[in-house]
Amino acid sequence: MSENRPRSTPAPAAAPPAEALLEIVDLTLRLPGAARPVLDSVSLTVAPGEVVALVGESGSGKSTTAKAALGLFPAGAVASGSVRFDGTEVLGLTGERLRAHRADGVALVHQDPRAALNPVRRVGDFLVERGAGRAEAVELLASVGLPDPQRRVRQRPHEMSGGMLQRVVIAGALAARPRLLLADEATSALDVTTQADILALLRTLRAEHGLGLLFITHDLHLAAAYSDRVYVMYAGRVVESRTASALFTAPAHPYTRGLLTCSPTLGDTLTPLRPIPGRPPSLSDTFPGCPFVERCAEAEPTCETWSPRPVPLPDGGAAACAFVNAEPGLSPVFTAVGNRPAGRDRWAQTQADGADADEVNHA
Amino acid sequence: MTPHLLEADSLSKTYPLPGGGSHQAAADVTFTVPPGGALGIVGESGSGKTTVARMLVGLVRPDHGTIAVAGRAREPRPPRGRAARLARAREIQMVFQDPYVSLDPRLTATQCLRTALRLHDRGEAEAAELLDRVGLGPREADARPRDLSGGQRQRLAIARALAVDPRILVLDEAVAALDVSIQAQILQLLAEIRAETGVALVFVSHDLAVVRHVTDEVLVMRRGKVVERGATARVLASPDDPYTRLLLASVPTEGWDPTDTARTPLPPP
Repeated sequence: MSENRPRSTPAPAAAPPAEALLEIVDLTLRLPGAARPVLDSVSLTVAPGEVVALVGESGSGKSTTAKAALGLFPAGAVASGSVRFDGTEVLGLTGERLRAHRADGVALVHQDPRAALNPVRRVGDFLVERGAGRAEAVELLASVGLPDPQRRVRQRPHEMSGGMLQRVVIAGALAARPRLLLADEATSALDVTTQADILALLRTLRAEHGLGLLFITHDLHLAAAYSDRVYVMYAGRVVESRTASALFTAPAHPYTRGLLTCSPTLGDTLTPLRPIPGRPPSLSDTFPGCPFVERCAEAEPTCETWSPRPVPLPDGGAAACAFVNAEPGLSPVFTAVGNRPAGRDRWAQTQADGADADEVNHA
Repeated sequence: MTPHLLEADSLSKTYPLPGGGSHQAAADVTFTVPPGGALGIVGESGSGKTTVARMLVGLVRPDHGTIAVAGRAREPRPPRGRAARLARAREIQMVFQDPYVSLDPRLTATQCLRTALRLHDRGEAEAAELLDRVGLGPREADARPRDLSGGQRQRLAIARALAVDPRILVLDEAVAALDVSIQAQILQLLAEIRAETGVALVFVSHDLAVVRHVTDEVLVMRRGKVVERGATARVLASPDDPYTRLLLASVPTEGWDPTDTARTPLPPP
């Protein structure tokens, strides 16, 4: 199954490349009053020019992780671990240095552009406020594909549609020439055709400016189609990190497989949806073992006490499941279950027998 | 006798705009739904799909055009008299995107269902049966909407609509705000209810993949007009209209490149 391995760059997802733009290591975030950490040992990297997707259902911690890159935490939160942007530790930054970090290196684009724009100021003022000159503001609007930018800079938000405003917000994000763009459900509220336009634009910007992109979405198919690597989050943890193509063809974690089989697709043959039972956990739910155990069809008694940790996969990814096939020689999980029948673990089966690849291809 | 359960004939609605202009939200929209059928209405924002759904239930009065259920015309304004109004309610019920604003915040799930059952002279004991059918347990039965999750609220909204025992259920973006794992549960529930009760569905959504899973036939709307119609499988597999093709090409799948679909020239509507 060599086609499931990363295609050109063999840099494994588990080990951050040396030149990582954003590197989050073991970030744990606790809130007073919450029964479990909001984020639990989250590690991820984004390299320059890389599109990394962060996928999960509501409450999985994906937005919290993205905001951590800006040093932006909920009130009262206690963070441990490390968030490094371009070699600088973000967690310890305060005052002027924190403001400089938020203003220069990283930009965040939210789902709702109207919440980011002052309704009584002109669009041009919004861009100038972010460090662009008057002439540059017009150029920026042209570069994000807004027709007639000369006129647009003098307009106010209510004169434009949601798709146009999201372009304005992206232009504002680019005004400070960031090297990392955090897109938090930035296209989720838009029509599909507008979403395609905005994503095409972001891809162009990545090629032109070497922009790193952390792309947060609830849409697993979008993540797998658009990004280079995907992190899947559940209950504040990263449960799987894979290349996008590996995630589609051989998802390793039962939750990832569940998300794929419960997402409707447009394929020619209609495969019945298989919903994941139960509901995503809230902050008051605690887990002595694997957080997915209650909803997992493949759970065994050992899962209830197994503390999740990323298990490296042969293709360089990782999955936090007790029953994935670990890379030979690397942190064997459960030697006691080493003799489990291979047919029990669909991922392992696929790796062993390439002919069965179609069976797990949910794309 | 007509073989159609629901007949909508040239429904049109024009809204005045500030400054003297006007906006045609729906233009000559015509369709039929057979008993127990499922019709999808897809389109992007501003296509008029919600306006059509609201005209069906009577929340928006069409400028012209008629709606008939089982061969009987629905009057544009609610009839006088309790019996006639209840009969009208039993024809079509609606489920909205956000049940939080359509459910009474003061009523528990059981009270909500009992109110609807009592109004329609049905036994209040059926409330427990309805809760069970939509998969809500005893804990949720005594909870108010604010204590329910989004998926549970949508289950309650569906149970409330079913309490009236309607012939047709109109769902306007009813699963759009839900997490995918919950969305799949609700879609499965709708399929079960349709099989068990024979209720017909009018499923309004922007999500082509969801519509593919729920409906037999589909209307594709753009700027108030129906641009394509037909069996859902056919329309979404081999679309005739360039706009339907653009919509389909914009849905991300493996090997998808947004630049392929971005700014595909479309003929003016």
